[in-house]
Amino acid sequence: MNPAKPSSRADVRADIRDLATPLVHLASEPYYHATGDELAVFEAAARSCLPVMLKGPTGCGKTRFVEHMAWRLQRPLVTVACHDDLTTADLVGRYLIVGDETVWMDGPLVAAVRAGAICYLDEIVEARKDTTVVIHPLTDSRRALPVEKRGEYIEAPPDFMLVISYNPGYQSVLKEMKPSTRQRFVALDFDYPEAEVEARIVAHEGGVDDATAKKLVKLGSLTRKLKGAGLDEGAGTRLLVHAAQLIAVGMAPEIACTAAIARPLADEADTRNALDDLITAVF
Amino acid sequence: MSERKLFAHELEARLDELLLLSLRQRSAEEPAALLEALPRQMQERVLHWAGVAAQTSDDLGWLIVSLAAVKAASLGEDFDDWVRAGLDAYDRSGLAATRKALNDFAEVRRSSEQRSPGSVSFAAIEGRLSRFLHALDGRPLKLVSGKTAWTDTETLWLPERLDLADDAAENRLIYKATAALLWAQTRYGTFNLDPEAELELWPDRGRGLAWFAVVEAMRLEACIALELPGLALDIARLRGPWPPALDAAAEKLARPEATVADSLDCLAELRRVGAGDTPNFPHVGALDPVAARRVRAARITREMAIMRRALNVLRGTGPDGAAADKSDYPPLAAEGETQVVDPQFELLSLPPPAREAAKSLMQDFGEIPPEALHPAGPGAWQPVDGVDTPITASCTTPPDAFYDEWDYRRAAWRHDWCHLYEMEAPPGDHEWVDEVRQRHAHLIRSIRRRFEALRGEDKPQKRQFDGEEIDLDAQVDARADRKSGAAPSPRLFIHRRRVERSLAVMFMVDMSGSTKGWVNDAERESLVLLCEAIEALGDSYAIYGFSGWTRTHCDIYRIKRFGDRYDAGTRSRIAGIEARDYTRMGVAVRHLSGLLARQNTRHKLLVTLSDGRPDDYGDEYRGRYGIEDTRRALLEAREKGIRSYCVTIDRHGADYLPQLYGPAHYSVIDDAKKLPQKIAEIYRKLTG
Repeated sequence: MNPAKPSSRADVRADIRDLATPLVHLASEPYYHATGDELAVFEAAARSCLPVMLKGPTGCGKTRFVEHMAWRLQRPLVTVACHDDLTTADLVGRYLIVGDETVWMDGPLVAAVRAGAICYLDEIVEARKDTTVVIHPLTDSRRALPVEKRGEYIEAPPDFMLVISYNPGYQSVLKEMKPSTRQRFVALDFDYPEAEVEARIVAHEGGVDDATAKKLVKLGSLTRKLKGAGLDEGAGTRLLVHAAQLIAVGMAPEIACTAAIARPLADEADTRNALDDLITAVF
Repeated sequence: MSERKLFAHELEARLDELLLLSLRQRSAEEPAALLEALPRQMQERVLHWAGVAAQTSDDLGWLIVSLAAVKAASLGEDFDDWVRAGLDAYDRSGLAATRKALNDFAEVRRSSEQRSPGSVSFAAIEGRLSRFLHALDGRPLKLVSGKTAWTDTETLWLPERLDLADDAAENRLIYKATAALLWAQTRYGTFNLDPEAELELWPDRGRGLAWFAVVEAMRLEACIALELPGLALDIARLRGPWPPALDAAAEKLARPEATVADSLDCLAELRRVGAGDTPNFPHVGALDPVAARRVRAARITREMAIMRRALNVLRGTGPDGAAADKSDYPPLAAEGETQVVDPQFELLSLPPPAREAAKSLMQDFGEIPPEALHPAGPGAWQPVDGVDTPITASCTTPPDAFYDEWDYRRAAWRHDWCHLYEMEAPPGDHEWVDEVRQRHAHLIRSIRRRFEALRGEDKPQKRQFDGEEIDLDAQVDARADRKSGAAPSPRLFIHRRRVERSLAVMFMVDMSGSTKGWVNDAERESLVLLCEAIEALGDSYAIYGFSGWTRTHCDIYRIKRFGDRYDAGTRSRIAGIEARDYTRMGVAVRHLSGLLARQNTRHKLLVTLSDGRPDDYGDEYRGRYGIEDTRRALLEAREKGIRSYCVTIDRHGADYLPQLYGPAHYSVIDDAKKLPQKIAEIYRKLTG
């Protein structure tokens, strides 16, 4: 917030506007390669006003898919990255004091409901359990959000849609979604695309030629076999794209892969070395 | 410790006690007489190691004592290393190998001292290589050290140490290239044809075999080049150019469609021109087609059976088909006799073990052999698991509880099928725990520090009635509320409070016979470390062991109940955990999850420490039955709000664990000795 004291009521309003939740209107099509019937299911869910849950390992295209769907459905998108300190007020909104006034500030969830946007709660299991509960009335037949502080009861327009994502690969027992939350959603399973499709994605997104993209995908599939044997999770498509982007601006492939794939994945010496071996084996 | 030397009769008495010699009608008189001359400190070390070895096997202990008596004086400071080398050899290949390792120790030590500074040992590269191989396609391969580099298609042997090149990087590369070539032998079908007909034509079979290894190396390098071009380049640089005489063969074998048949053609050609000794390539290991094909044949039989059984189940012509009318199995659909299954369609619907078998068969044949796709039919069925021989209870006391067991074939319960006895675990030597704590003192300190940090993560709790700090956000809200006319909340403070973890953990320890030796030691050591860690954390936990002998003898050993303290009694019960009988897991899961469910905590976690799949004597528990029953028990636990996790030392665990626990809920430790180091980290991740 601007530390200087605002001089007039109009200034206050302007300051607050800067803090408002950004509604993203996607003008151009975000690249997304469908691998199954996820487009159709999502569109049907959107038509039927049902919330959607995306499950899948990290970096396999969940966020990109939501962006793509927002563009396809021509709806604004509000994304919230959940973390373990996310409070209800962070989602719903709060009063702020500016100068000598109190000003209500819509949180991202309320902003999305008002605008008939798609609200995407990324990695929902990271959020505190009590926070997750506020989305419940939005996800059943009520489709409304009570805002206690304002005594307001906001009914969601048909265009509002709630989308959450989570990664079932997490091992912590303390980070499980409650059945009462899970059972409100239409669920879509995401996984790494098949090699050929993934190579096309990497080539397109990373700006590298097909041969390099194929090699990167090969490397990715090799690292995924190390899940549970040194790695918590193999390289996602996102990491492969990162490596491709480094290669596209002129880095040597081995160095790019070490920096973008091997190092982010592992700290332990044996696993790091094995990953280096895989990189030199593929390139 | 007093400095007085022990006299022969004292040594004899202590050895007798450690090794139970009088029971075996052996006498420690001779070694004791020799040991008498040693200084007290050395005597104690010999006794210490004798005790350690005796925990694994009395014979091993005796061997170590009898050799130590002769050698201890000359070994001096190297004595501990000497024993460790012997114990390692015992783990790998048994008593005879131990004797040899202990006798050859001095020589090996001498040669290691002369070794070049750039040499690389197998132990140093094992972790890296095993992960590398794990990532490559194909069936899982075990990595062990041996005299020469070769593979039987399931295990790779690599030399103990490499010093062919001057610098370590190059030696590591030779290790990698050698391992990759052996992997390629299993991956690209070196053993799919029997080379004996050709080899017999060679005047010198050994030379023929060596040439076979070379031409296969040429073919496989081309195969590797397609999949892993970088690796192929490294190998090509390592070996240098092929000799000109092999140019024609190199061209022929570099074609992507070349198979082992082409290699055999080239081999015949080499025989005709009378090839001399093979040139020396650093990465080409030895071939033993006879051993490899034996292993391959056994595997194929096994996997065919799995496939056909799976297809039987799929198509309802299982072994119980014939018995359908007289048993209480559900009636099964009749099937045509000669119907062949469409592999593409059905492979997808196969259960995971059969899918693995199918993949492995593809690797051995290049396709699924058609005979594997004929369901066996009721008549031709050969049960693998043996027959269900009812065993009458030999125990006179009534069981503490009866548990149902799930029979997947009937899709029904067998009521009160398992007889469960719960008893206090017998105490062991509590000094053993002290010894472990001492040995791992450093590790324990670091685990405790890390865990205390986890617990001490006293998150600032915002919006409290009372606290050490003012909560600015709350103040702002309160002020805003007052301004807008609403009643402000009085919760205006931040309070730093330890976050209640509210977690109860049940450790279920496999005490089956297969854990004998290192696995048992690793389990016990891990438990000691876990206790130390969890004590620092303050979670509520219990430890129970399980074992048993058929359904009428399912034993649960109490080691630490939830209410028990981690005191001397608990410690000695941990020390007393020993390998017993079998692993009937389902009933143990049911009983222990019942105990766990009674805990009044928000999260409940059941952690299994085991070394393999569910198994029991005699009856059908060994195969799919046991897995299905255990799976059922874990699902029931889940319904009670209990989450399960499995830590296993079974390399093949990845085959069935996803089915039991779900893909994210297990870890496989590839080496029992690493378990104690890893267990605390796993626990931290699991509950962090």
